[in-house]
Amino acid sequence: MIDSKHIREQFPILNKRINNNSLVYFDNGATTQKPKVVIDSVVKYYSEQNANIHRGVHTLSREATELFESARQTVSSFINSKTEEIIFTSGTTDSINIVANGLDIPKGSEIIVSQMEHHSNILPWQLWCERNNGKLKVIPINRDGTLQIKKLESLITHNTAVVALTHVSNTLGVINPVNEIIQKVKAIDQRILVLIDGAQSVPHMSIDVKNMDCDFFVFSGHKMYAPTGCGVLYVKKGLMDQLKLSKTGGGTIKTVSFERTEYVNGPLRFEAGTPNIEAVVGLAKACEFMNSIGVNNISEHEHSLLVYAQNELRAIEGVEIYADHSNKAAVISFNVKGQHPFDVGTLLDKYGVAIRTDHHCTQPLMNYYGIQGTIRASFAIYNVKEEIDIFIEALKKGIKLLS
Amino acid sequence: MSIEEIENEIIQEFEIFGDDWEGKYEHLIDLGKSLPIINQENKTEENIIKGCQSRVWLNSAIKNGKIFFTADSDAIITKGMVALMIRVFNGQSAKDIVEAKLEFINKIGLKEHLSPTRANGLLSMVNRMKLDAIKLSQ
Ligand SMILES: Cc1ncc(COP(=O)(O)O)c(C=O)c1O
Repeated sequence: MIDSKHIREQFPILNKRINNNSLVYFDNGATTQKPKVVIDSVVKYYSEQNANIHRGVHTLSREATELFESARQTVSSFINSKTEEIIFTSGTTDSINIVANGLDIPKGSEIIVSQMEHHSNILPWQLWCERNNGKLKVIPINRDGTLQIKKLESLITHNTAVVALTHVSNTLGVINPVNEIIQKVKAIDQRILVLIDGAQSVPHMSIDVKNMDCDFFVFSGHKMYAPTGCGVLYVKKGLMDQLKLSKTGGGTIKTVSFERTEYVNGPLRFEAGTPNIEAVVGLAKACEFMNSIGVNNISEHEHSLLVYAQNELRAIEGVEIYADHSNKAAVISFNVKGQHPFDVGTLLDKYGVAIRTDHHCTQPLMNYYGIQGTIRASFAIYNVKEEIDIFIEALKKGIKLLS
Repeated sequence: MSIEEIENEIIQEFEIFGDDWEGKYEHLIDLGKSLPIINQENKTEENIIKGCQSRVWLNSAIKNGKIFFTADSDAIITKGMVALMIRVFNGQSAKDIVEAKLEFINKIGLKEHLSPTRANGLLSMVNRMKLDAIKLSQ
């Protein structure tokens, strides 16, 4: 059991009032709110620790560097990797672009993604295919949002170079059985590289990249209680040196002359320019925050919210939940018959309930369901049952206003 | 009536709701429902204002130097806002339309609908109305 009252007290923004109502924040899939420990770490960084890293000999710079590098350790153990496998990026999108632009794979290769991918895990691959005469292939899904894994096997050919797949669908909440899929893919062809988009899994469940055995794992800090502008690219040991640089510059080298540059090995080679140091410091704090509650406790609490909210939603006439089952992270996408998601979202906001309405950067998924968008409620550790009651009441009132 | 006179009329109409936002939205939704439905042949790809959550179709015409719009949206609240805009702009000159500040939106407490998030497309629609007015009058 978690102590919700204690947890909520750590999130200052939850005291905010929206249109004379208490804020009910159910847009956690877009970004989570930040606990005081994370906010304080950023303030402390600028008040006491700020210096550029990996450069100066002075005390502040040395300490800031240590702080940054110890964040790498914290983050790497958070997903059970090794420190030297963690590259700090600006976020999931950045991480995927670094991989898509850096892979040393033959022209004409085939890349496999799924029907439910976020645009950030489609467009970098689509661009690669356009530039390299490659082919983008798509794993189909079932109506309940599950992947047609059997079809994946038939999509793989000797030209398949990459499978890029989301761990949890940001729109549906569906959890893909990535361990099983990676095993299957590697059994067919050991050389196929697998990238897992963990943007929506890391915030909700415990992650073990070693056990998962993926080649790349990417996620964003801001969706897991950390500041915006930082993210992670995990690269399995041994693969990092094969990744071509798509950007370069200061902080990545041993020696530079106009004729030739010798780069450092390891993650720093990919972290050109001054990184978002305070966000990385905050990210480490966010990992500690999640650990202090226990990631499994987070999953359990959020799952109970999911089950409760879905039951309440099903009782409302005209509500259709997409992927209407509970094998999901705490994300619910639904529509109300005859109502545009935008109208519902506008009225919910008036009642203080923040949800997201649109295609959630998954237009191919919307096309599959033949819809323009959905209403999405996504939960975090600080949400409570009482907020779901407020949301359901507001939804009922909104529907009444609209009809 | 001038644009400003119509704006004032709308402001008065909304005044009775005071702080009652639900009443205000109910009225807006009713306005949306009563907006004459645009002819299907005018709901073309060309007439659609893209990049927004709710789709808005806008058709513009000129008659005796005055501009006339018909429009539709798949979201009813957007449609209500569209209805207000059309009421203010229809039958006005291109010059007056282009110069209109549309302060009534703020005064009736619906200014969030003109925010630059692309959510409802209203801002894009107003811009498009002004552009169309210029084009038609040239
Ligand atoms: C599954 C998934 N992938 C990628 C992204 C992109 O993340 P970011 O905008 O932080 O780069 C998101 C965020 O919405 C996401 O949910």
